[in-house]
Amino acid sequence: MGIWNSPWVGLKNFEFLFKTNVAWTITRNTILYNLTFIVLGTVMAVGVAMLLNQIRQNTARKSYQTVILLPHLISIVVVSYLVFGFLSSESGFVNKSILQPLGVSPISWYSSAKYWPFILVIVSLWKSFGYSCIIYYATLVGIDRSYYEAAVIDGANRWKQMKHITLPGLKSIIVILTLMGISKIFYSDFGLFYQVPMNSGALIDATNTIDTYVYRGLTKLNNVGMASAAGFYQSIVGFFLVLLANYTVKKIDEDSALF
Amino acid sequence: MVDNNKGFQLFAHLMMMLLALSCLLPFALLFISSITAEKALIHNGYSFIPSSIDITAYKFLLRDSSSIVKAYGVTLLVTVIGTVANIVLTTLMAYPLSRKDLPGRNVFSFFIFFTMLFSGGLVPSYIMWTQYFDIKNTIWALIVPGMLLTAFNIIMMRTYITTNVPDAVVEAAKIDGGSESQILWHVVLPMSMPIMATLGLLVGLSYWNDWLNGLYYVTDENLFSIQVLLNKMLLDVQFLMSSASSGLGSGLSARLPSTAIKMAVAVLGILPIMAIYPFFQKFFVKGITVGAVKG
Repeated sequence: MGIWNSPWVGLKNFEFLFKTNVAWTITRNTILYNLTFIVLGTVMAVGVAMLLNQIRQNTARKSYQTVILLPHLISIVVVSYLVFGFLSSESGFVNKSILQPLGVSPISWYSSAKYWPFILVIVSLWKSFGYSCIIYYATLVGIDRSYYEAAVIDGANRWKQMKHITLPGLKSIIVILTLMGISKIFYSDFGLFYQVPMNSGALIDATNTIDTYVYRGLTKLNNVGMASAAGFYQSIVGFFLVLLANYTVKKIDEDSALF
Repeated sequence: MVDNNKGFQLFAHLMMMLLALSCLLPFALLFISSITAEKALIHNGYSFIPSSIDITAYKFLLRDSSSIVKAYGVTLLVTVIGTVANIVLTTLMAYPLSRKDLPGRNVFSFFIFFTMLFSGGLVPSYIMWTQYFDIKNTIWALIVPGMLLTAFNIIMMRTYITTNVPDAVVEAAKIDGGSESQILWHVVLPMSMPIMATLGLLVGLSYWNDWLNGLYYVTDENLFSIQVLLNKMLLDVQFLMSSASSGLGSGLSARLPSTAIKMAVAVLGILPIMAIYPFFQKFFVKGITVGAVKG
């Protein structure tokens, strides 16, 4: 019928969406997962970047860098295979090689929702920490070495150097990346939440996010109206979050603002 | 800054090794499982120690399953066409925007930037691509939507050109009587090679790894890329059976090493990346840092 001849339903689709419990679940999951990814991801990446910066042997440092970036280069589909290799009920490494020898009865991972928040956080960190670590490391390399030399002469120990030189040097990039993360807090990596749990129905409470809900609304339920409403809700909130994040960046550091 | 304390160095190395191992081991599990005999897999599960080596899975995939070879072809084609087209278009957008004498420069910049902030979402995109552009089940479905031109890359390239190609150089070329296209071709492009190589690599990687477009817009098996095939196979071993060529007897399903095949397909999907990565590692790192630090 096209846009012009379709009947007008006003805000009915939004009413439908927000009357169900689903709206609450998908919003909660999306935000909580993203917050966890941002906090743990930043702490881990900054920590690893500092460690990397402390390593003296050039070859060793280069190879560590090369290896931790590997997970970033493969698609989330392949990641779901890796997870399957560990967690498959019949032939997974965890059930067969760890739990069985210990005499623990096998766990059917793909149908117990309670483990998935942990699994998804671990998988997400595993895939993304190398990437942000390299960004932080590049910043660390740029910190002027004479600061450290002066600090050593003044008798500052390792922790003092970290507190007064390293962390302040990283502050603006940490702030920027965190705000970028916050501006995308309403969006989730579709593959991570759909493909890695193998679209298992039993896990839906733990793995359903706005993106997966929209996709399922389109393909399984054929509810285009509701899926559009959810997508629009995501876009609007996301838009204001970006503006807010940018405004905050501008307040902190004029040069790093996006616009 | 670098602590020469032996104990601390040891600790740092130990931590990094643990992390590096945690990044490598899953791949090892994947690879070893793919060359383990099916019987052993069913009995012991996926493990790091192959009890008996058996490459049936690969033989089956490369000889009996035409769909794998086809999928490789689709992925290669899409990656090459997509990457070249993306870099050409990005350059054609970014270079004019880097010129301060472009009329309406801010308007164009805003239009590009706005797409970064706000999108219609999946549903309108889907309706637009399938009903108005009619790309469902064409090769364009894997190349165009959301991949062909991204605002972020345009802005990155524009920033690079602005900082690395001085206005004076362009001015001088103009005075020497160069036309706009000559200036772009003979002056600006040679000076922008590093950013083009870096972006090309990142774009190529994202084309190789893209499976969402295949999931949304492709139902025709002849157009499955390697990632889409992987995606289908994980959820559905039946699909594997049906995609085997028909020249095999009905005893196939009994002999089909389905447990090992799953892992073998995944290995084939990442093999090219793993193979070229060590040589291009410098570029990847550069690309990440260029993209992250604006300007």
